[in-house]
Amino acid sequence: MSDTTSQPVSQQTSRNLFQQLELDMRLLGMIGAFVILCIGFNIFTDGRFLTPRNLFNLTIQTVSVAIMATGMVFIIVTRHIDLSVGGLLAVSSAVMAITQTDILPTALGLGFDHPLIWVVTIFAGLAVGTLIGALQGWLVGYHAIPAFIVTLGGFLLWRNVGWFMTDGQTIAPLDATFLKLGGINGTLGEFWSWVIGAIAAVLSVWGLWMGRKSRAAHGFHVKPMWAELTVMGIVAGAILGFVAVLNAYHIPSRKLKRMFEARGEVMPEGLEVGYGLPISVLILIAVAVVMTVIAKRTRFGRYIFATGGNPNAAELSGINTRLLTVKIFALMGFLCALSAVVASARLSSHTNDIGTLDELRVIAAAVIGGTALSGGLGTIYGAILGALVMQSLQSGMAMVGVDAPLQNIVVGAVLVFAVWIDIQYRKRLGTK
Amino acid sequence: MARNPHRNAGETPLVEMKDISISFGGVKAVDHVSVDLHPGEVVGLLGHNGAGKSTLIKILSGAYAMDSGEIRVNGNKVEIHTPRDARAQNIETIYQTLALADNLDAAANLFLGRELVTPFGLVDDAAMESECRKIMGRLNPNFRKFSEPVSALSGGQRQSVAIARAVYFNAKILIMDEPTAALGPHETQMVAELIQQLKAEGIGIFLIDHDVHAVMELCDRASVMKNGQLVGTVEIDDVTDDDLLSMIILGKKPGEAAA
Ligand SMILES: Nc1ncnc2c1ncn2[C@@H]1O[C@H](COP(=O)(O)OP(=O)(O)OP(=O)(O)O)[C@@H](O)[C@H]1O
Ligand SMILES: [Mg+2]
Repeated sequence: MSDTTSQPVSQQTSRNLFQQLELDMRLLGMIGAFVILCIGFNIFTDGRFLTPRNLFNLTIQTVSVAIMATGMVFIIVTRHIDLSVGGLLAVSSAVMAITQTDILPTALGLGFDHPLIWVVTIFAGLAVGTLIGALQGWLVGYHAIPAFIVTLGGFLLWRNVGWFMTDGQTIAPLDATFLKLGGINGTLGEFWSWVIGAIAAVLSVWGLWMGRKSRAAHGFHVKPMWAELTVMGIVAGAILGFVAVLNAYHIPSRKLKRMFEARGEVMPEGLEVGYGLPISVLILIAVAVVMTVIAKRTRFGRYIFATGGNPNAAELSGINTRLLTVKIFALMGFLCALSAVVASARLSSHTNDIGTLDELRVIAAAVIGGTALSGGLGTIYGAILGALVMQSLQSGMAMVGVDAPLQNIVVGAVLVFAVWIDIQYRKRLGTK
Repeated sequence: MARNPHRNAGETPLVEMKDISISFGGVKAVDHVSVDLHPGEVVGLLGHNGAGKSTLIKILSGAYAMDSGEIRVNGNKVEIHTPRDARAQNIETIYQTLALADNLDAAANLFLGRELVTPFGLVDDAAMESECRKIMGRLNPNFRKFSEPVSALSGGQRQSVAIARAVYFNAKILIMDEPTAALGPHETQMVAELIQQLKAEGIGIFLIDHDVHAVMELCDRASVMKNGQLVGTVEIDDVTDDDLLSMIILGKKPGEAAA
């Protein structure tokens, strides 16, 4: 045991206060870039960018791509690619649109806005997405067709399968409960947002503490107590700050008045009510937590990264890499369908072009977030931050009034630049 | 075949590979080869580059499926189709290529495919690192890089991780494909001691090594291959370095011309 502690001590002298916090430098870098971006846009929009209203909208616009980006991390980590996520989103959305507006209310006679409709609909959509994903994964894993080809086929195929299902028509209105999952039409309100925020803050602090205890129990190096407490404070503060921002965006008084009238009540004069956490954001947070646990703490996740690092070694260690591929693509399909719920609910309709170009946004988000196309490297939080950065760039430029062609030029350049930075960073760290 | 005096006559071998063949395309990488291994015995596999040594043992470790032949463990015919099957027979392998996932740390590689889990079924990294520190303390006390990915390790350090992985899980049959190729003299000596120790515990070891002196020192018998075929199996006590060398180079058993 003595030799395990001798090493860190000798390094300690050369460490400055900042290093002692042992923060993830990549995470910090991305957050830094995001903050600079926000401040920059805020200056150019005369303070319109960093308003609760815009931050709220930015958040709900990011959800759909961010959910898929977490799945894309696993795909790219195992040295595959999925070009079909936009198409998969569209076909899942089509299935759900038909299920909730036609099959369940009319064919099965449940009537419109029956309380079961949204549940069954989502279940059907998720099942279809998962199955299609599994099918693609089976072609890649068991038949050794390159994922690029299988999903390029899927890119052309699935959206148009959706087109045939709906005859290319836009489908609306959707089920009232289903619409709550899209963003602004389904928020928790101030009180419950604070409750959830407080629970999340407590859980994160508890998680950090347990991690520390477990390392200490084995006699491994732990960071100094003050550093641990500082990190806990930052994390809890960030969570509560996020809730505060979403709560600060108030429901417009006219809309609020109508909501009261709908319930047959009179709105008290001067009442201010914040939106709070959108349900769609809660879904994203749940996905992020589950996917992070999968990546870091489950065998499935361990095998994903091992296979990405050295497929041969993974197989020699008894890992069934073919089945693993099926599972990864099935998970991607599931997440595409989940995104389809959020996206179609946010737009209040199913249109045939829903999720167009999402495959590129999703891949870009994962890659900007530090997922290496050479495999074996990538993080869930990185992909989500990547999605947020992409969305901020796009909304910010639109607010500033940058022309559409120039917007695309900037996004393209940023993608390449971000990957270049990442490569430089890894070089300096000495890892590949 | 002459029997080693300290091996009981008629004792069931730990492993028998009988009449094994495999070809890749037109190349007969292993051509009707039979070898066996007894408990507490070290059998050296020798031969020039491309003789088929690694291919032969990869059949035993489940990495390749043989075209024909039979494998027996403790006298019972076994089907080994995947590395998992081999592990189930307590066969552990140190591959020539080491087979490490470069992006994972030493502990994750040590337990790859057999992770320690918490009561909730989540992988228990702290427990694995702790076990990893224990075994590395035995095999390579200078090893310190427990939290870096193994891509940051030296060739020898990587090799000790691969050795640790084969030794940790209480193998009964150990396959070592050039285990000391990247090791310094001191580390090589430690592996030699490890082999003696495992042998004393009754483990059977197939050792592939190009160093004839090491084979003479560590092995009880040696099987020599050439161009995918078995030249012959000899008792180490009956032969000299030169005999082994001529078997490798000329592909003839000593005294074969005379007999
Ligand atoms: N996966 C494969 N595909 C095609 N040919 C192979 C494959 N593996 C081995 N071979 C061929 O089989 C023959 C035996 O190779 P093998 O790796 O068993 O040799 P070796 O005795 O271990 O040599 P070395 O001492 O160089 O490690 C060689 O001709 C090699 O080219
Ligand atoms: Mg070899």
